[in-house]
Amino acid sequence: MKHDLTHLPRAGDTVAGRPGTSPEALEANFSDLHPPLNPRQAMIESQRCLYCYDAPCVEACPSDIDIPRFIRQISEDNIDGAAHTILEQNILGGSCARVCPTEILCEQRCVRNHDAECQPVLIGLLQRYATDHARFDGHPFQRAADSGYQVAVVGAGPAGLACAHRLAMLGHRVTVFEAEAKPGGLNEYGIARYKMTDDFARKEVEFLLEIGGIEMRYGQRLGHDLSLAQLHSDYDSVFLGLGLGASRQLGLTGEDAPGLAAAVDYIKILRQSDDLAQLPLARRCVVIGAGNTAIDMATQMARLGADEVTLVYRRGVEAMSATGHEQEIAKANGVRMLTWATPREVLLDAEGRVSGMRFERTHATEGQLQGTGETFEVEADAIFKAIGQGFDGDSLSDPAASELARDGERIRVDDAFRTSLPRVYAGGDCVAPGQDLTVQAVQHGKLAAHAIHQDLLAKQEAA
Amino acid sequence: MNTRTDHLVNGVDLSIDFAGIKSPNPFWLASAPPTDKAYNVERAYRAGWGGVVWKTLGEDPPAVNVSSRYSAHFGKNREVLGFNNIELITDRSLAINLEEIARVKRDWPDRALIVSIMVPCEEAAWQHILPLVEATGADGIELNLGCPHGMPERGMGAAVGQNPDLIEQVARWCKQYYSKPVIVKLTPNITDIRVAAQAALRGGADAVSLINTINSITSIDLDNMVAKPTVGQQSTHGGYCGSAVKPIALNMVAEIARDAPTRDLPISGIGGISDWRDAAEFVALGAGSVQVCTAAMLHGFRIVEEMKDGLSRWMAEQGYRSLDEFSGKAVANTTDWKHLDMNFKTIAHIDQDKCISCGRCYIACEDTSHQSIAQLIDASGARRYEVIEEECVGCNLCQITCPVQDCISMLPQQTGKPYMSWDQDPRNPFRQAS
Repeated sequence: MKHDLTHLPRAGDTVAGRPGTSPEALEANFSDLHPPLNPRQAMIESQRCLYCYDAPCVEACPSDIDIPRFIRQISEDNIDGAAHTILEQNILGGSCARVCPTEILCEQRCVRNHDAECQPVLIGLLQRYATDHARFDGHPFQRAADSGYQVAVVGAGPAGLACAHRLAMLGHRVTVFEAEAKPGGLNEYGIARYKMTDDFARKEVEFLLEIGGIEMRYGQRLGHDLSLAQLHSDYDSVFLGLGLGASRQLGLTGEDAPGLAAAVDYIKILRQSDDLAQLPLARRCVVIGAGNTAIDMATQMARLGADEVTLVYRRGVEAMSATGHEQEIAKANGVRMLTWATPREVLLDAEGRVSGMRFERTHATEGQLQGTGETFEVEADAIFKAIGQGFDGDSLSDPAASELARDGERIRVDDAFRTSLPRVYAGGDCVAPGQDLTVQAVQHGKLAAHAIHQDLLAKQEAA
Repeated sequence: MNTRTDHLVNGVDLSIDFAGIKSPNPFWLASAPPTDKAYNVERAYRAGWGGVVWKTLGEDPPAVNVSSRYSAHFGKNREVLGFNNIELITDRSLAINLEEIARVKRDWPDRALIVSIMVPCEEAAWQHILPLVEATGADGIELNLGCPHGMPERGMGAAVGQNPDLIEQVARWCKQYYSKPVIVKLTPNITDIRVAAQAALRGGADAVSLINTINSITSIDLDNMVAKPTVGQQSTHGGYCGSAVKPIALNMVAEIARDAPTRDLPISGIGGISDWRDAAEFVALGAGSVQVCTAAMLHGFRIVEEMKDGLSRWMAEQGYRSLDEFSGKAVANTTDWKHLDMNFKTIAHIDQDKCISCGRCYIACEDTSHQSIAQLIDASGARRYEVIEEECVGCNLCQITCPVQDCISMLPQQTGKPYMSWDQDPRNPFRQAS
C-alpha cells in the first residue's frame, strides 16, 4: 500500500474492550451480494422473458449478447447452449454477469419495465446461471489454423483478455504482458469482494486460456519492463489494454499523512486478503467520490465493521456516476451520503495522522460548482479517495508511446480501435470512447481483435 | 351431519335436472380414479360436488392395473397442459363396489350418483349386471364405450364406441334391462362424433357424455428411448385429457348440439374443464352438466367451491337465474364455414399506452402473416408498432402473440356491405344460383 494505515486496528481486533468483527460475520458480509439463482428459479425467471424481436436489451448490451436467445435456451434446459450464446459474444460473460450495472443496461431496457408489467427479467442473474452451470466437453471455441502472426497484448484485464481470446480464435499467436502477478485486472483486484467471490476471476481466466495459443507473462509493466517501441518492432500488432492504476490527488496538504489512502489500493489489498480480520479497519471513515469505486470502498468498510462511514461528494446525488442501485447498496449498509461538500483540509492529530477532514459546502449556479464559504468538519480515522484514476506516470513514456495521440488523457482510437500509430490498437479504460465498464472493455478487446485480424489479412494480400 | 349442499349460490340456482337426474349443481366428477370408492366419493360430496360418475364397474374378476400409470404434457413452468393415463376400469370386485354405491347413495340422497359400466358386448353380460346396479338406488348409468387403452384389446371400451351398430345395440340392451336414465359416453377417437351420438339416440339413450380420452403418447424419455409412463422398459399409448383437450371436446359437443337428429339429446360435457369459465363454455354449447377429472386430480376436490362461486357470480352479473337461461346460447352462432359473412371485416388496433414494445406482433406478422405491422424506431431508439390497416386481413395472430391483455383489439369495420355467404359470393366458382 502506498499509504500507511498500519496504525489502525485490524478488523478482528478487540479495541477498548469492544470485540472486533467475528470471522463468521466477515464471511457472511463478503459472500455473494446477489445469491445465484437455483435451477428452479432460473427456469421460472427464464419463462418471464418475452423473446422480444429486435430486443431492446440486446441493443443496450455493450457486448452484443443475444439475450432472448440465451434465455430461451435456459428455458429449454439447454444450459451449455445458453452459455455458448453468451460467451461467443463475451468471453468474460461470467464476470460481466456479476459486475455489470444491468440496471442501466439490459435490464433497464427490458420491456417488462413497462408499468403494466412487474419488473424486468433478471438478465444478469440468468447470465450468471448459464455461465456457472455450463459443462462443456473441452473449451467451447476452437482456434482457426495458425496464421503465423504474433500479436502482443498489454494488460491482462478484461479488454486484453477478450482481445487475446478472440485473436487466438482467429488463428493468431498472442503474448499477454501483465504488470501484476495475476491476470484479470479489475476483476481480480478492483471489484468489491462480495461481487466476485470464490476466486471466480482466476477461474474465468483459466477457462479463457484453455483455447490455447496465448502466452502469459506476468510482472511486465509497460514503461518499466517493456516499451511500446520494442513491442512494436517485435510483434506484428500490439493491443494496449492498459488500466488506470494511478489515483487522482485531492491536491491538499497532508495528502501523504498516515490514514489517507486511495480506495483502489485498499480494495486491492482487500481482494487479495486471505484473512479479512487482519485488514486495517477505520471505525470512522470518510470516502471521497461518487463512482462505483467510492461505493465499493464505503460499503466494504462498513461490512468490515466500521461504525461510521461517510461518503462525501461535491455535487448532488443525481450527478453521481454510481448507479441508483449501487447507492442503495451503500445506504443499506449504513453508509451516510453527504452531498454538496468539497474537501478543503486534511485534519491531523498530534502524531500527524489523519483525524478528520474539513469540507466546504458547495452549490451549483448554472452548472458551475461554487463554494459557499461555509465549512464543517467530519472526524475520521481514515480517508479514502475515489475521485478517479489516471495512467501510471511512466506507462506511456517511451518514445513510441509518447507519440500516441490522446483525447485528454486517454488514448485516441478510431472506431476500429486503431491508435494513431500503425499496427497499434487500444481498448478498455485507457481509451476515450465508452463508459468505464468491464463489459465495454470486453467489447473493445473483441472488436479490436477483429480489426487486427482484418488489417493483418489486408497486409498479407497486399504483400 | 348435514349432507346437503345448497342449490342457491350467490343468489343463483345452480341445480339441474339432467335427463331426469337431479343434481344440486352441474359439477360432476367423471368416472375415473377420483370416483373409485366410497372414501373418495364421500370426500367429493363433502367438498360440494353435485354428482359423481362412479368409476367403471366390470365383471369379476376385476381388472388388474400396472405400476406407473400416468404421465403429463407439461408447460415450461411445470403447469400440466395435458394428462395421460393407462389405468383400466375398477380393480375392485363388483360386490364391494355395489355395496358402497348403495350405502353412499343412501347417505347422500340429494347428490347425483351415476354408475359407469363396461362389460363385454353380449346381451347376457348386460342383462346380468344392470339389475344389480339398479338395486343400489343409483340415479343412472353411464356406458363406458370409450376407454381407449387396454380394454379395446379385450373387445370393450372404444372397440364398442367406434362401431355405431354396437353403440346402438348396447344402448338398447340397457334401456331394456334398466329403468333409469342411460347415458352413453362417447369416444373422440373416431372421425365423426355425430354418427356415434345418433347411434346412441337410436338405441334409446337418454343422454350422451363426451369426450372420453384421446389416444396419446405424451412424451419420450430420450435417455432410455421409451415413452411415458414407463412400465419396466416399455410403455403403451394412453388416454389424453386435461386442459389441452378442451378445444376438441367443445367442438364435438357443438357438433352434436347443432346436428338435427341429436339437437335435443342431453349432453354431459367432459374434457379439460378446469374452472368455472370452462364449464360455462360447455353449457353455452348445450351441455346440461359438466364432468371434471384432471383438474381435481391435480388440485383436489376443493376446486369445486371456486367453480360454483365463479359460475354463479358470472351468472348473476349476466342476469341468468339458472343454467337453462344460457344453456345452448352459443349453438346457433356456431355454424358451417360456408355460412360465414364474407363481407365482414375486422382489423387489428394496437393500444399504444398498453404496448410494451416487445415486437412479437411485428415479427409474427412480418414472417408468417400479411406484413401489416410497421416497426417504427424514432431518433431515441424507442420502438413503436403500428397496424398498416390497408394490409391487415384481421387474422388475430398479432392479438394472440401479444403478451399484454387487451393491448391489441380487433375492431370490426363498417363496410356498408350486407351479409353475404360463400354460397352467395360471386368469387365462388361453385356458387349456387339463388
